[in-house]
Amino acid sequence: MDLEKFLADFADIFDETDASEIKADTQFHYLDEWSSMSGMAVIAIVKSIYGKEITGEDIKKCDTVNDLFELVKNK
Amino acid sequence: MAYIKALSYYLPDKVSSTSDLYDLLGKEYVDKVAKQVGVGFRHISSKNQTSSDLAVCAAEKMFEEYKIEREIIDYVIFCTQTPDYLMPSTSCILQDRLKLSHNCGTTGIDLGCSGFVYGLAIAQSFVKAGLAKNVLFLTADTISKVLSETSESRLLFGDGAAACLISDEGFCKIGSEFVLGSDGSGYKDLILENSGMRNYYAEKDPDDPKNYMYMNGENIFNFTAKTVPPLVDSTLEKYGFTKEDVDLFVFHQANKFMLNTVRKVCGISKDKFYIDLENYGNTTSSTIPIALKDAMDKQIIKPGSKVMIAGFGIGLSWAGGILKF
Repeated sequence: MDLEKFLADFADIFDETDASEIKADTQFHYLDEWSSMSGMAVIAIVKSIYGKEITGEDIKKCDTVNDLFELVKNK
Repeated sequence: MAYIKALSYYLPDKVSSTSDLYDLLGKEYVDKVAKQVGVGFRHISSKNQTSSDLAVCAAEKMFEEYKIEREIIDYVIFCTQTPDYLMPSTSCILQDRLKLSHNCGTTGIDLGCSGFVYGLAIAQSFVKAGLAKNVLFLTADTISKVLSETSESRLLFGDGAAACLISDEGFCKIGSEFVLGSDGSGYKDLILENSGMRNYYAEKDPDDPKNYMYMNGENIFNFTAKTVPPLVDSTLEKYGFTKEDVDLFVFHQANKFMLNTVRKVCGISKDKFYIDLENYGNTTSSTIPIALKDAMDKQIIKPGSKVMIAGFGIGLSWAGGILKF
């Protein structure tokens, strides 16, 4: 699994947030545009692109985008 | 073959904007959610304005716009989840109010988000089978009446109606193949519990949330993300198409965020994906015909365009088909 690709897929969830704002150490819960709906989009996209199932609880435990990346990688 | 011969829609005059909900739900929250769901304005029926009132206006508008003589109508299909009465069928009332022939058959369909695609599938099969020659297919809902005053769903749902004439000739060929599906195990994810006989004898407490439409947003979102990609693929498969063969994807306008997620999960490019929520919100079974009409008016849909339509939601229920303009 490629981190750069994951960052791009994650950034694609947002409309207003520029992709350049999404880095491995970005604490995504603090992004203005982040909401519970974003979490649902992450679950859907991780499933369709990476074929892995994650839950809302899993996402809550992650702090940075890199944490999410590691979560998906190790599922 | 069956065709769409005429298509119009009607929205109630009263318009509610996002800022109308600031006092009830808080400005910051309202602005954030409104932006995400992509809705700025919703049309709201007046207290005494019912689904049949809206449907009559849509039909009259269609008769006038396309110079249709109402005598040719020999069947009415009315799709609503907010009928005038539990009984009789509002479709019969519409026969009378629209001064249609007594030889006109009528049927109601009680579906929501998938209702337009289902109705089109049924209407075209009637025309092809020779059961009717000119089917007036109406969709209308007044969801605003079944939302609690402080429901955040007020930011999303609007009232509206559409009228569509399905005939053996017209400007848009309806593809014969449809993909239809349902999963009633999710019936509680989008429901108005105190609405039929199941809770008929329950005490009538005006504060009981069961008197208002309930939506489990997370379950509906997950259902959509899971169901729509295979729905798109199997609809394409029926026609031997790839996504590139389709000029425009017009899906049920559930909400912008959900639509964008579905678009990404399905791998559909932005320029081929129509979003038409800003001025009407989610009008349930009327979102697809409203979007089709707007896309035609804006020449996004042109003669020759191949359009995939897909509806999904309450039931749970889903349907997909192809239109050739």
